[in-house]
Amino acid sequence: MSAGVLHGRALARRFEANPATREPIWMKRLILAIALTFFVLFLFLPLVAVFSEALRKGWLVYLAALVESDALASIQLTILVAVIAVPLNLVFGVIAAWAIAKFDFRGKRLLTTLIDLPFSVSPVVAGLIFLLLFGAQGWFGTWLFEHDIKIVFAVPGIVLATVFVTFPFVARELIPLMEAQGRDEEEAATVLGASGFQTFRRVTLPSIQWGLLYGVILCNARAMGEFGAVSVVSGHIRGATNTMPLHVEILYNEYNFAAAFAVASLLALLALVTLALKTFIEWRAGRVETVDD
Amino acid sequence: MTAATVAILTSPPSLPRIARRVLPGFGLTLGLTLVYLSLVVLIPLSAVFIKAGSLPLGELWNIVSAPRVVASYRLTFGASLLAAAINTVFGFMLAWSLVRYNFPGKRLVDALVDLPFALPTAVAGIALAALYAGNGWIGSLLAPLGLKVAFTPLGVLVALVFIGIPFVVRTVQPVLEELEIELEEAAASLGAQRGQTFRRVLLPLLLPALMTGFALAFARAVGEYGSVIFIAGNIPMVSEITPLIIITKLEQYDFQGATAVAGVMLVFSFAMLLVINLLQAWSAKRTGRGR
Repeated sequence: MSAGVLHGRALARRFEANPATREPIWMKRLILAIALTFFVLFLFLPLVAVFSEALRKGWLVYLAALVESDALASIQLTILVAVIAVPLNLVFGVIAAWAIAKFDFRGKRLLTTLIDLPFSVSPVVAGLIFLLLFGAQGWFGTWLFEHDIKIVFAVPGIVLATVFVTFPFVARELIPLMEAQGRDEEEAATVLGASGFQTFRRVTLPSIQWGLLYGVILCNARAMGEFGAVSVVSGHIRGATNTMPLHVEILYNEYNFAAAFAVASLLALLALVTLALKTFIEWRAGRVETVDD
Repeated sequence: MTAATVAILTSPPSLPRIARRVLPGFGLTLGLTLVYLSLVVLIPLSAVFIKAGSLPLGELWNIVSAPRVVASYRLTFGASLLAAAINTVFGFMLAWSLVRYNFPGKRLVDALVDLPFALPTAVAGIALAALYAGNGWIGSLLAPLGLKVAFTPLGVLVALVFIGIPFVVRTVQPVLEELEIELEEAAASLGAQRGQTFRRVLLPLLLPALMTGFALAFARAVGEYGSVIFIAGNIPMVSEITPLIIITKLEQYDFQGATAVAGVMLVFSFAMLLVINLLQAWSAKRTGRGR
């Protein structure tokens, strides 16, 4: 997490006041104009387009698209998947960050790289690997079929694919934070007789809580929005294995644009809430930092 | 790969370190981490290589070098490189504006830079398709110029630019924030023009971060699926990206073909991961920042 906007305004003022670090006014205006045009074309307008398209046929059509039974089923499934995947990766992230940040061992860098691995794998490949394991022709396919267990083209497959793609979020947020924090305070607590869990809860947790929250909301946004990986393992069964992004795709391909954008607008709202929380957390963390200084 | 990794990771560290280890839970947390990592990531990923490796070499080669697949590599890698280059230039300007200038709405711009991380790719895809279609807000402005974006390779480029924006901005921004102001003051007091200072002093310092941002955006773009397929048109040999080839093969129950192409993409991902790690190490060294 960078110090962000809080230091930003003061920092920019310093740059703008100093003749050695400021550009001629025409140059500054040109850079700003180009940068902001780029911003509007590629970031702002797509966001506005989602809401504008969703409301194009009016509020009634918009609301009807959201309360329709397949849409409701997709919202439920999306929440269910996030409720399973996010806590799993939260617990893993804390455990992995503790091992990596608080101890020295050989292969630490390799382990950190491996944890980041799912970020570099194409979502489509992420879905494919679970087909190879649990699909009808997969390693465990025959066994699963004999025992009448469905993983692929069912909810467990969607959860697995989501867990895979959201795997690094919490860990990668916590590792640098806990490394920067050092070990002295925890070691003191342990020497004074605190158990490992007490040390974590009373000493470590208070200082990483904002980073932890940050990792969780990013993890959640991705879990609810994942498309490629889930699309491969879901089977697109309406009302049963369709998450919200998949429902958007189906509606869109049926040329039911108003409904597609209506469901998409919920996901866009989720993204906006995520970004607002992120900005708030950075502001809080920045304030704590300044107080500490 | 898994067995070797576990062997490296669990080999005992040097003795003095054990003596200094005060905190509890090392064995437990590392053990759990390795088990979870293996179950969720490493074993599933190894399935691709084992499955692809079980194909005869000639057949494997035929699949991954079929004309339609090669055309998809050309589009995917070409558009990703171009998108990453565009992001490097404009992302740099955006990062520069956010760090060095104050302007109305700066907070909003700063927050929305991360939109491509937070907005589901399918939503981004349909929004971009609506904007750049012939009757869309931007598409209708480009149509009189004879420029078609949606449902052409240009559409692929637009989607890849969108998803790559935060990588460059967020890599360059913190480095820009921590640059020492004295460097520029020294250059100016020695008589350097602003342009000279930028080229000779700032750019060399920012180069590793710019290249890291470029590599991150490129790596992400190559694997991207959701935001592209809605705007690409998906015409074989023309606007069909490699991840879509995998999906198409899966829909035809051609698991071997899908796995072979996925293997190519995975090998590329690993190579990019290595490059990015090296670039980040270089960047940290150049700017004197720790990890």
